[in-house]
Amino acid sequence: MTGGDRFPILRTVGTDGLLVTFADRMSEEANRAALAFRSAIAALDMPGIVETATSLASAYLRFDPVETDRDTLSGGLRALMAGRDWYGASLPEGRRLWRVPTVYGTGLAPQLDEAAAAAGLTRDAAIGRLAAARVRVLTIGFAPGQPYLGPLGPEFDLPRLDKLTPMVPAGALVLAISQLVLFSNPSPTGWRHVGQTGFRCFDPGRARPFALSPGDEMQFEPVSGAELERLARDDPGGLGGAVSEEIVA
Amino acid sequence: MSLRILEIGPAASVQDAGRPGFQAQGVSRAGAADVLALHEGAALLRQRPDLAALEMAGTGGLFEVMSDLVIAMTGAPMEASADGDRLAWNASHALKRGQRLRIGAARRGTYGYLHLAGGIDADPLLGSRATHLTAGLGRAMAGGDVLKAGAGAGGAGLTLDVADRFDGGTLRVVDSFQSVLFDAETRARFAATGFRRGAQASRMGVKLDGDGSGFAARGQLNVLSEIITPGDIQMTGAGEPYVLLFECQTTGGYPRIGTVIPCDLPRAAQAPAGAPIRFEFISLEQADRLHAGFAAELARMPGRVRPRIRDPHDIADLLSYQLIGGAVSATDPGE
Repeated sequence: MTGGDRFPILRTVGTDGLLVTFADRMSEEANRAALAFRSAIAALDMPGIVETATSLASAYLRFDPVETDRDTLSGGLRALMAGRDWYGASLPEGRRLWRVPTVYGTGLAPQLDEAAAAAGLTRDAAIGRLAAARVRVLTIGFAPGQPYLGPLGPEFDLPRLDKLTPMVPAGALVLAISQLVLFSNPSPTGWRHVGQTGFRCFDPGRARPFALSPGDEMQFEPVSGAELERLARDDPGGLGGAVSEEIVA
Repeated sequence: MSLRILEIGPAASVQDAGRPGFQAQGVSRAGAADVLALHEGAALLRQRPDLAALEMAGTGGLFEVMSDLVIAMTGAPMEASADGDRLAWNASHALKRGQRLRIGAARRGTYGYLHLAGGIDADPLLGSRATHLTAGLGRAMAGGDVLKAGAGAGGAGLTLDVADRFDGGTLRVVDSFQSVLFDAETRARFAATGFRRGAQASRMGVKLDGDGSGFAARGQLNVLSEIITPGDIQMTGAGEPYVLLFECQTTGGYPRIGTVIPCDLPRAAQAPAGAPIRFEFISLEQADRLHAGFAAELARMPGRVRPRIRDPHDIADLLSYQLIGGAVSATDPGE
């Protein structure tokens, strides 16, 4: 499967960035292609690259125009684009699977019932599907270390709400457009607050300030409010009782 | 060598050249809103341009000098004095222990900078001293905080002519990957519009007010969230433009009509509320030439610093100076 005839495409970002885009809508293949392509850019080891990143369906690089130039880098990227079928690429190595204790619904995550109804599911069926889903960190953005996770099934392709929820706490698990976001910081949101975790995506004082990397996978396992409180209290790393293991291909 | 903050305006923060490398983790670069001011301060103190300084938004504060030290002040010109004696802006000055430095409101522009010889020796976070307010890396300065200087002697009594960038003006823009989402008519209207800097402004970005209707992209609400770079001109749902600065988000779903080139970002950041702003689209090749010129200008800046010869207009009380007995001192009393 590919992103269509037009893709992948190379475009400029401002004066010092290049973007290789694999689709104009979110898909698992395009996201996988972007993650694999970013790894390949790093392996190119071309001088003048300042940093790389991925968005949902693109790989990005920023360069220092004093050390290199756009044409040189574009040439390198075009050769890389043509070199293989990126939509069939495997995910980068060193990814982790995170299991995160999560309270679904209750006063801690008050929009679960509404999300279940919008998805045409009972409350329990919605919890069952969300808890069973093993979702990928599609990209990190908006706030430090904050993951966009997915894809969820089409039943969860719910539009964003017209009216923003004024504030959800850090560790909130919110749902829209077949994706989840796990909030790094307290934030207003137009997505539905369906779960609450004690997981701190970002803590500058921690040995690993950013818990997650793009390509990691997460599963949100149901616990009671009392259990979450205990887990969060007993976890000095601020991960709310989450555990992780390396994904072995 | 240090300064104690007795009073300080809102959103004053320690900034350096920024913290690149964390775009992939959702953290934009931060760093001084006016990069030129950082270089000017470094040139005046004859030190490296990546040292940290205090960035002051709109207004300064009151500082107690804890031990003798040399400072420089750059960026948006603010009223400054030491124990009531006026201090020139865009200049370096020796201060004595026990003196009080007062920095008032900006006369023009938005961001003023206080540089210490040796730089501000704050604890680096993730390899940089740049405060990132929205990411929670560092925090805004408050009364009682102490700005500790790193090692370095500085050179007092120096000055520098600076690029005027404090009243808005024309910002040059290149097309970016989402520019094509805006049709030709919308882009032409955008380039022809005289904007004013709006009331909403922060280190994340500045809003622009125009008189006509908004600037909508095709499929505005269905754009896949995509990489943001500082300088991007983002259109909100209502089609209102924001120029994004160094503390912007790293990705976003609002489409961007173009990107202000890096050497014009100091002008964008410094424009005070109500200042006129226009956009001029240029080619990438033109932008590259301008950037090369900008980089060369920054490299030349240390060589443009000169001893400050007193201008009588700068002397608050001319009669208190000894004019008869010889030459006017080239340095401040007490220096």
